[in-house]
Amino acid sequence: MPSAAANGLTRTIYNTIFKKNSVFVTSIFVGAIGFEMAFDTVSDKVWDNVNKGKQWKDIKDKYEQ
Amino acid sequence: MFSRIASQATRRSVQQAIKPAVQARFASTKPAAAANAMQVAGVSAAIVGATGLGYMYANDNVHANMADEGLHPPEHPWYHNGPLNTYDHAAIRRGYQVYKEVCSACHSLDRIAWRNLIDVSHTEDEVKAMSEQEEYQDGPDDNGDMFQRPGKPSDYMPRPYPNDEAARAANAGALPPDLSLMTKARHGGADYVFALLTGYVDAPGGVEVREGLNYNPYFPGGAIAMARVLFDGVVEYEDGTPATTSQMARDVSTFLAWAAEPEHDERKKMGMKATVILTGLTILSIYLKRFKWAPIKSRKIVYNPPK
Repeated sequence: MPSAAANGLTRTIYNTIFKKNSVFVTSIFVGAIGFEMAFDTVSDKVWDNVNKGKQWKDIKDKYEQ
Repeated sequence: MFSRIASQATRRSVQQAIKPAVQARFASTKPAAAANAMQVAGVSAAIVGATGLGYMYANDNVHANMADEGLHPPEHPWYHNGPLNTYDHAAIRRGYQVYKEVCSACHSLDRIAWRNLIDVSHTEDEVKAMSEQEEYQDGPDDNGDMFQRPGKPSDYMPRPYPNDEAARAANAGALPPDLSLMTKARHGGADYVFALLTGYVDAPGGVEVREGLNYNPYFPGGAIAMARVLFDGVVEYEDGTPATTSQMARDVSTFLAWAAEPEHDERKKMGMKATVILTGLTILSIYLKRFKWAPIKSRKIVYNPPK
């Protein structure tokens, strides 16, 4: 069965993240939360940029007392 | 005894199997689909033809005339067209004003409550103040009497007529339809509403429109009971926008599009995010599958026949 050589970086990643299942699962959860935060922030920025001036938050200042 | 019969049977069947050189044909080992290109082309043509025939027989309302279907409305570049575009909320606000001052005299908007306007086109305080202008009948008090009370944001838009019969009586027998879903209920959506509102013209020569009806080429049949209602300056916009007919028609069409699809902005944003994630996962899946299959797809199998 052919397999990739375990060079330095791959070995480090395996030892730190994939070896122990408790660490693996924790990193999945942390990774998901972090990815979601980053993805949502970037999506909001892109969305607001494409729709500049059209959304309620852009015009509400005229009407707040 | 049975084992002897069985072994004789297998020997015989193996000899029979080896004799004629049977060539197994599997689709995955064929060099190309072009081996029977004529068959592929023929089957494709048959499928396309059958689909066309199906559509032809399923759609029995084929019109060749504009009057029956209504003139097809031109497509305008609405600010909310496109997969990444939200509504123009300033237009929703102006459109609400047009609805309130012009359309609500005859048309109800039953599915919209005052609170639906909050943080879409008006602030909460504004909505509270607007709703209090209207009176609503409320449940029995301690004496058992119904009473009138000022509106609150949870109330729905007031109806111009208490029921359909009253609406017909006040409009020469015609019922002004509820507008909450109008852009979803008509072919052409906001384009249709805009074209209708701005499309009142004199009937062409030879076309008779009976007394009480008005000619509008965009209305199926051509004769609509509603007269033209939008004229320049009939509304005064609070933000100073000049209230031309087309401006008011554009704003009220945007407002009605929002009323029919209030989830539109959020839906498109979620669609953008879903598309990004799913595209990424698809590319990842294709790469991973090909990576794992590479050894299988590049192996060589060698047969050394016995001497």
